[in-house]
Amino acid sequence: MATPAVQVERPNYLNSTHGIRSWLLTTDHKRIALLYLMSVTFFFFIGGLFALLIRLELLTPAGDLVMADTYNKLFTMHGQIMVFFFLIPSIPAILGNFLVPMMVGAKDLAFPKINLLSWYIYIFAGGLMMYCIVTGGVDTGWTFYTPFSTAFSHTQVVMAALSIFINGFSSILTGLNFVVTIHRMRAPGLTWRRLPLFIWSHYAVSIIFLLGTPVLAITLLLVFFERAFNLGIFDPTRGGDPLLFQHLFWFYSHPAVYIMILPSMGVVSEIVPCFSRKRIFGYEFVAMSSIGIAVIGFLVWAHHMFVAGISLYAALIFSILSYLVAVPSAIKVFNWTATMYKGSISLDTPMLYALGFIGLFTIGGLTGLFLAALGVDVHVHDTYFVIAHFHYVMVGGAVMGYMGGLHFWWPKMTGRMYPEIWGKLAAVTIFLGFNLTFFPQFILGYLGMPRRYWEYPPEFQVWNVLSTAGASILAVGYLLPMVYMIWSLRYGKIAGDNPWGAAGLEWTTQSPPITSNFEVTPEVTWEAYNYDEIPAPEEVPVG
Amino acid sequence: MSEHIIPSKIYYIIWVTLMVFTVITAEVASVDLGPFNTAVALIIATFKATLVVLFFMHVKYTSEKMTKTVIMCAIFWLGLLLILSLADFATRATG
Amino acid sequence: MADTSALATQEHEHSDLQHHFADMEQQKEASTLGMWVFLGTEIMFFGGMFLAYLVYRLKYYNEFAAGSQSIDITLGTINTMVLICSSLTVALGVKAAQRGKRKLLIVLIILTLIFGLGFLGIKGIEWYQKYQEHHVPGISFNISDIQHAHPKTPLNPGHAQLYFSLYFALTGLHALHMIIGVGIFLALLWMAWKGRFGPDYYTPMEIGGLYWHFVDIVWIYLFPLLYLIDRKHIP
Repeated sequence: MATPAVQVERPNYLNSTHGIRSWLLTTDHKRIALLYLMSVTFFFFIGGLFALLIRLELLTPAGDLVMADTYNKLFTMHGQIMVFFFLIPSIPAILGNFLVPMMVGAKDLAFPKINLLSWYIYIFAGGLMMYCIVTGGVDTGWTFYTPFSTAFSHTQVVMAALSIFINGFSSILTGLNFVVTIHRMRAPGLTWRRLPLFIWSHYAVSIIFLLGTPVLAITLLLVFFERAFNLGIFDPTRGGDPLLFQHLFWFYSHPAVYIMILPSMGVVSEIVPCFSRKRIFGYEFVAMSSIGIAVIGFLVWAHHMFVAGISLYAALIFSILSYLVAVPSAIKVFNWTATMYKGSISLDTPMLYALGFIGLFTIGGLTGLFLAALGVDVHVHDTYFVIAHFHYVMVGGAVMGYMGGLHFWWPKMTGRMYPEIWGKLAAVTIFLGFNLTFFPQFILGYLGMPRRYWEYPPEFQVWNVLSTAGASILAVGYLLPMVYMIWSLRYGKIAGDNPWGAAGLEWTTQSPPITSNFEVTPEVTWEAYNYDEIPAPEEVPVG
Repeated sequence: MSEHIIPSKIYYIIWVTLMVFTVITAEVASVDLGPFNTAVALIIATFKATLVVLFFMHVKYTSEKMTKTVIMCAIFWLGLLLILSLADFATRATG
Repeated sequence: MADTSALATQEHEHSDLQHHFADMEQQKEASTLGMWVFLGTEIMFFGGMFLAYLVYRLKYYNEFAAGSQSIDITLGTINTMVLICSSLTVALGVKAAQRGKRKLLIVLIILTLIFGLGFLGIKGIEWYQKYQEHHVPGISFNISDIQHAHPKTPLNPGHAQLYFSLYFALTGLHALHMIIGVGIFLALLWMAWKGRFGPDYYTPMEIGGLYWHFVDIVWIYLFPLLYLIDRKHIP
């Protein structure tokens, strides 16, 4: 339907300069966001490939597709790629990079060259990880537990540890850039209380990036020292304590899951008010909950270690704290729901993803509370119950938020609308595929099927078959947007500057924006989510 | 902000203090204070570090609240790591 | 802060103002905050190893005390003083940059580099001593000399290896930061030589200085933790 040839294309950040050098040496946060989009998507599909192989193996009770050692590598690489190269960067590096400067009314992040450096560090680390994969992979689980990883595994542990260590600097520098930008580069009149909740989420994420990632870095460095220089910090034969590794590892890796969820929550906080045409309910509570999640998230890590040998006293403390961390998340769910109450709801694709997020994250979060109960955890630790729990929050939650955000800001980033019908179709496919994949896994875990097992007793097969069927549907669901979004770049309807009638400084700019974002630095005199003042879009955009 | 130019004299005084306390901490270590040796050593170290932060790093002369907030947060977070981990290590049954 | 004010126009012409900042003051504030935040991450980075140290020192005190006695307190004390001197020259250097005193600044940076390299040299000597004494963890690790020095306390060689592993890991990581610091100050030397610094622009010197002081502070803690665990009884 679109006839791009007829429109005279306005100057924007995409057409301002040409050639590959102008992309590879860019310091424009928007271009860097797109560089990340391409690389993050690449890793998503690599991680997805490993997932598919896992699910194929698990179609039958016998270990008949791959060898046991290979299976160990499959779930390890799936975890490492998905956690470190997809989920953690996804929203912050793409949507965060693109939107944070615009949402605060700035021309760029505080340190644009460091932003580009972040991407190159990520690419270099990703390259190391790909090299690790093709030279045999790692079989320790993404969690690298010692002493297996330090003393017994014969796989590319050093390379993988180095890759993730280096990747950590990408996160740290991104967090640093966000914090300084949000503190020092807000436009005149943009007080903290007027900031979009997306910014609050990214501020909270940055706190975790900055205070947590260095601990992972030192932990991986110590694993490297032990394997490379025989400095046996975790070696039990020398008196080393494997639990020391676990404490250090989970001190980061638990807050890491909040790195993965907070940006998605930020996205949902932008989408729900827009498609309810209503100011968010309880703005201060949602903002403070983001900070609360980031802070309390640092206090719960040993709930991953309840059966590892920590003292009962410590287990009690961490169990109670784990219940506490659910509170700010629940507050957000209540506030999103209250926002929709008596709102004027429209079910565009971004809203479908946001609604999916709210439902699936709630299920995932509640099952987290099951796991936080010591007695229950003894039964379901290291079973498929845990796998189902974290996939509900990370895929049903974080990835849905990511997809919703991509669709919501697609017109701003590209100047084009994706085809709405296909958008809705993909969202529904993903929702159905996801639930079919992971709900049976709650049952499997409860029935006792252990995780990371390559073969299983025949009575578990029916649930595994359902799960694999779901996974194939889910795969189709994820492929659809790849296709239609690329299609939309050339054939999509030209988007206006604010096709959704959304609040936020980014929507006051051109779609796609000019390189410096704003012609004139805005002066903000209005409150956030001023939907009482913004007219609803004339027509629902249809592709 | 820290456009303030600090007199060099202050730097020299701090330098001498740091040198003196380095000698003190090395000497005190050979005096038997029982369990307090560690505490004294760490207190002296903290005193020296504080001098470096306040004077050499200009924190005493800055009006930036963020600087002090960042320092406090980082130290607090390190405390969380150490103390909550000790909740496990210090309460395990011996053996 | 309208872009058309005379002051802003003047600062817009400052060659070191990056385009996305409104003025030099915002740029300086952002850079300084950025460095402080980075130093915060470094506290957590070293902090992880401090946890390992804390846990094992509590558990294996005898081996840690004995190991601590086997490293050279004189060299350690000298090195601590060398770093403190370097912090002085850095602080004076930042002031010189702020006042546009190019020659003084160059001298102070060179002195800083000398102190920094001196520290690394002494550290190298200490490491070599440990190597000669077979105190490097690994195949040839042997603490019979340390055990001889403590005849009444049975020492577990494995636990002693933990002390030395942490010794090398901590001082090694610290030395790596020193080397990076030397690199930073070489870059600052070049900038100073080119006359880049003056009252309205000395930010690189200031934030380079913050980094250097931080590395000094890490050593201020490492010194008692590694060298002064137990210097009381002659074994």
